[in-house]
Amino acid sequence: MYKIEKQNLTALFRKIAEGRDLYLPVESAGQVNFAAWDEEAKVSLDTTKTVKSPKDAFFPQSETLYTCKKEGKKLEVTQEALREKGFVVFGMKACDVRGVEVLDRVFLSEPVDSYYQARREHGVLVALACKEPEESCFCTAFGIDAANPVGADAEKPAGDHTMNQTGADVAVWDIADWLYWKPLTEKGEALTESVRGLLTEAGEEEVLAEQSRIRAVLKRLPYADLSLEGWGGDATKEKFDSPLWETLYRPCLGCGTCTFVCPTCQCYDIKDYRTKDGIQRYRCWDSCMYSDFTLMSAGNNRTTQLQRFRQRFMHKLVYYPANNDGLFSCTGCGRCVEKCPSSLNIVKVIKAFAKEGGARNE
Amino acid sequence: MQELRKRAGELLADGTVARVLAWRAGDLPYNPEPAFFETEAELEHLVYDGFCGANLSKLMIEASKLEGKTLVCLKPCDTYSFNQLVKEHRVDREKAYIIGVGCRGKLDIEKIRRQGIRGIEAVEGAELDGPEELTIRTFSGEKKCAYRDAMLERCHVCKGKEHMAYDELLGESRDTKDAERFAEVEAIERMPAKERFAYFQKELSKCIRCNACRNACPACSCRKCVFDSTKFDSEQKANVDSFEEKMFHIIRAFHVAGRCTDCGECSRVCPQGIPLHLFNRKFIKDINTFYGEYQAGTGSDEKAPLTNYTLEDAEPSVVRERG
Repeated sequence: MYKIEKQNLTALFRKIAEGRDLYLPVESAGQVNFAAWDEEAKVSLDTTKTVKSPKDAFFPQSETLYTCKKEGKKLEVTQEALREKGFVVFGMKACDVRGVEVLDRVFLSEPVDSYYQARREHGVLVALACKEPEESCFCTAFGIDAANPVGADAEKPAGDHTMNQTGADVAVWDIADWLYWKPLTEKGEALTESVRGLLTEAGEEEVLAEQSRIRAVLKRLPYADLSLEGWGGDATKEKFDSPLWETLYRPCLGCGTCTFVCPTCQCYDIKDYRTKDGIQRYRCWDSCMYSDFTLMSAGNNRTTQLQRFRQRFMHKLVYYPANNDGLFSCTGCGRCVEKCPSSLNIVKVIKAFAKEGGARNE
Repeated sequence: MQELRKRAGELLADGTVARVLAWRAGDLPYNPEPAFFETEAELEHLVYDGFCGANLSKLMIEASKLEGKTLVCLKPCDTYSFNQLVKEHRVDREKAYIIGVGCRGKLDIEKIRRQGIRGIEAVEGAELDGPEELTIRTFSGEKKCAYRDAMLERCHVCKGKEHMAYDELLGESRDTKDAERFAEVEAIERMPAKERFAYFQKELSKCIRCNACRNACPACSCRKCVFDSTKFDSEQKANVDSFEEKMFHIIRAFHVAGRCTDCGECSRVCPQGIPLHLFNRKFIKDINTFYGEYQAGTGSDEKAPLTNYTLEDAEPSVVRERG
């Protein structure tokens, strides 16, 4: 365990950014989102929830995959270069770290997504404990510990430092005037080494005390007792056929806010920009809430908002766990709770089903 | 609120309406959602307080297609949108029974959070006849916040307490206007072009292309939006460069010009806090200047300046002259 005085954070960021890119919560035009650090950046580590999750760092909202250029009868196809420069995502929260684990299972399964994989290999995750969990948070429902943002790797056997770690590489705690720093993986050790001159050794006591303080807050959150009983990979038929969807979806505007602020939504569309002598093929986030989502020439995608709405929650709470050892594709970050224009969200859906099914959410 | 529940129950019971469109109590103090109620028993979950900002008039497009009348609760500003939708033949006036609900300004939870009030467990004083101050219970104790300081931007430039359409009225409204409607627009007009461009560039670069502004907008009622059509290159959700964001927002602003009632839903729902109403308000200001004072949605049958021709209309050259 190390620590650094918070007044020296700019020096730390400057050091990290030497030869690497550094992404962290930055305020711009009144909103805090993950953005590249520079000397002018208004860094905001006090923000519990950035508007968007940091998933852009690995799975950007849009990226070019390749370009095709036509010259006479010759067609030239150039793949976009894969990420080679190292980067650090600083200040992810425990829920955001879980978000990356969810994405890993999608993009790093065969066939591996090479664009994503390159970013994962070159990215270092520095996760920050949540000093101030908010009333919209429910990460505890998914077994996430916001007081100890280490991710799933904490449970790996000692010495297992396989690539594409699913957890954080460094965990940090913001306590009074100090930032406590704990490397967790080889990548984390290497990053620590490169900024070692700015860090001093520290004991664990303050961090342990802070963790119990945070856990006490987590226990009193309004959603602390949210239960996922009845959800999971075996619930497909029962949940899909429920008449509840018919009322639940009705205030849904069909916008993509929930999808685009979500740390786990991973669907994308692939499209072409036509230029004068070729095309640029790119992919961009898509939303199952959109009417043209997965639209094929036969036009037989989901045709009603009810179906689209159901899909989003079925994917997170049933289909994804069915294919991923029971892991839910929701991290309880609560961004959708805060941002839905109609105040709908996954918590309301879970509670509505619990009331019907007799589980213990009230 | 009790009165509203009671009246809605009566109208449901005597068959005047088949359903009630209002707000259902949320599970946090500030997140009621728009909801349809079909039985009297369900009405116990109906809520109406400062957090019921959502403009329900657009939901009447779908409700108009249903059997029977729908009771819809509209705040004064919502009735402008309602009239506009009737005018555009998107909502059937005959299918609506409007209870014009009183309003004393609607609340923006972000404005409360920005005062450092976080970890919100309960909010007292948000009801229609509540006090001038909110009492907020948080994880770190009780906090106070003036109701006015937590109001949505649109309420500070309120169009007035009068409902432009209703079948009956319920509840007192209060004056909330304490700012000039076009002051923000004028401030932007005064900026040098470069500064103005930089301002919008910075704001719009936050856009995540979620379409919340479009989908919440009562004036955006096309059955198929050009941005959702696969037949054009305009279909895009790419957010690749800043030009795209501008294109989306500028096209949208042009498309609702003369029809936008300035209900403020676009800015209310934007997850990134982009002051989208500024575009529309600029158009409204220009329409007022070039074609005479006009407020969309005041009535449901008057001619709109951009779809009407008069000899007094401004010549296109005014734009060139203005620079």
